[in-house]
Amino acid sequence: MRIRVGHLYPEYLNIYADRGNIAVLTRRAALRGHELVVSPVGVDDRLEPGAHDLLYIGGGQDREQALIAPDLAEKGDDLRTAQARGVALLAVCGGYQLLGRGYRGRDGSFMPGAGLFAHETAAGDVRMIGDVLLETELEPGGRRTIAGFENHAGRTLLDPSAEPLGRVVHGFGNDGTSGHEGCRLGRAIGTYLHGPLLPRNPWLADWLLAQALAHATGSDPPSLSPLPDELESEAFRVAAARARRRGGRR
Amino acid sequence: MRLELETSAARMLGALSRAAGRGGGTTIPGKLLWKLDPDAIDALAARLSDGAVMVSATNGKTTTTGMLAEILGDRSLAWNRAGANLMSGVASALVAARGAKLGVFEVDEGALPEALDRLRPRAMLLGNLFRDQLDRYGELEIIAERWRSAVAALPPATTLVVNADDPIVADLAAERELVVRFGLDDPRQARAGLQHAADSKYCVRCGAPYTFASAYVGHLGDYHCDACGHRRPVLDVAARRIELRGLLASRFHLVTAVGKADIELAMPGLYNVYNATAAASLALAIGASIEDVRTGLARFGASFGRFERVPVGGRSVVLLLVKNPAGANEVVRTLQTGVPPVLVVALNDAIADGQDVSWIWDVDFEPLLEQVGLVIASGERAAELGLRMLYGGLSEERLEVVPSLEQALDRGLSKVEAGTDLIVLPTYTAMLALRAILAKRGAVRPYWEPQRR
Repeated sequence: MRIRVGHLYPEYLNIYADRGNIAVLTRRAALRGHELVVSPVGVDDRLEPGAHDLLYIGGGQDREQALIAPDLAEKGDDLRTAQARGVALLAVCGGYQLLGRGYRGRDGSFMPGAGLFAHETAAGDVRMIGDVLLETELEPGGRRTIAGFENHAGRTLLDPSAEPLGRVVHGFGNDGTSGHEGCRLGRAIGTYLHGPLLPRNPWLADWLLAQALAHATGSDPPSLSPLPDELESEAFRVAAARARRRGGRR
Repeated sequence: MRLELETSAARMLGALSRAAGRGGGTTIPGKLLWKLDPDAIDALAARLSDGAVMVSATNGKTTTTGMLAEILGDRSLAWNRAGANLMSGVASALVAARGAKLGVFEVDEGALPEALDRLRPRAMLLGNLFRDQLDRYGELEIIAERWRSAVAALPPATTLVVNADDPIVADLAAERELVVRFGLDDPRQARAGLQHAADSKYCVRCGAPYTFASAYVGHLGDYHCDACGHRRPVLDVAARRIELRGLLASRFHLVTAVGKADIELAMPGLYNVYNATAAASLALAIGASIEDVRTGLARFGASFGRFERVPVGGRSVVLLLVKNPAGANEVVRTLQTGVPPVLVVALNDAIADGQDVSWIWDVDFEPLLEQVGLVIASGERAAELGLRMLYGGLSEERLEVVPSLEQALDRGLSKVEAGTDLIVLPTYTAMLALRAILAKRGAVRPYWEPQRR
């Protein structure tokens, strides 16, 4: 089966090893007999709802983010339509911020976002940097953990109606105080965690692939054949131990 | 009087720390002085009769400063040679160098504003800005902004030596009078295109993408903006006719306002051509002759641990430090001239390595992975590194994950033939640990012992 991936602004937003996430998705799809076809969606490219089964947007430095933000805000309507039609989505760090309502700078300026996630981000004084461990339950009864690394000055506040991706066990999370990390809206996930995120959390990569396949086939997410994942488990174990030992303190 | 007491106390502590065998005492006395009386650093610097010069950059600080010291040769220098480049390390060098005339300091890019304020250098070299250990330094633009304010506060008599090939760095000098601009001028050495991890791809003036007539190392090269016309400034010092000779050496033709010279370097890689051109530019700016430059660079051996060949048991261990995508990409490019059968890569994640290991995914390891016979992934984050290699296309049977550095070293040595090299790419603390292992076996000298011939 072909899984069509739209990678938003890969030339601008690529700072936290985003291509690692794409490499993991590609290989894990291939090992199950699926082909991931990744196409860039850049400034001035139309984001056509339904044209992709999975959307990916990564993080960039402030300067690069400011360069693409106006274009992304214009893509907001199409993004929301695509999400409502069940596209899978992963947004990391800067991309996660930009998919909210907007970003308020220290000088009070407001940079509008795409308005997909019900959150708003405000610049903070201290960067929240360190290893993170989360607990999450994407499927009822299926409690899992996620290990990653965060590095952000923005504090993201979820609306009361918004669902966080997970609960912070160790680390700062969205804002350093709420205990929330990331945001989840149907098949769309936003998070501050990079590292990159997927190599050491392979179950999450498989969850995203299953959601993308559901979009592609119009049926329920399939269950994917398990992979050995020995090295993945070891990488997770080390990263989780780092979060326990030196994750940011709330 | 107080200054004398403080410096002699600090000196004594340095000797004690060396005697106790704790890391060469390269920063301990400086830390003491720094705590006791930070202003003493200003006073000590002011005593240097020929003043001070400073070197900062993301990549190449230690090597460039070492090259500069070699070019300046017989002058008596206060020089933080062991790469201790925070204020405490600068203080240590000042304390240790009794009667020095000239200060030669490499300075951490984050510590640059404070160092400028205290050392008041007559010349300052700004080499390059790459993304580096984002968990520690923050984003590139934050460092750039600090450098901008620091440069704006410099007295007009300070000479600024800048890398014209780095758009942000070159732009720092745009409004200044006393500037030396250096760069590379040899399109044959350009890469086919910008690499994945290239940083400053967008015009510093208008934000449009740059066009690169030549991209040499990361985003360093001959750039221009089609939208607003901003372009690389004219070079005052240029490296032309560059020849890279694998892991052994390189040579190039140095063209300056005061003459030309054929430069022989016993070091590999285009990044070392940048370092040498930078060191030459700064040396010439403070009065060295072109002949000093030529002979000094020819004499120069690599800085501690950045590139080292250590004979051990009939083989050689070649240590090539990797610490960020741009630097590691250049190491990869150097190795592509003869892909080794066995490669040990060691990834630690202490503060000095960067606690965030995501940067390994921004390194273009792929050209090596197609041809290398065996990769041994080692260090505290060996598993993560192994995943990077596997997902980069390395087949499982050509990967071994050996977290223990000593075991990885021995495993690697057992897999290379007698008389050949074992190539090891360690991060900073992994390099220190590997060096300690080799020193224990009598193969390397501790780094605080002078290595000059």
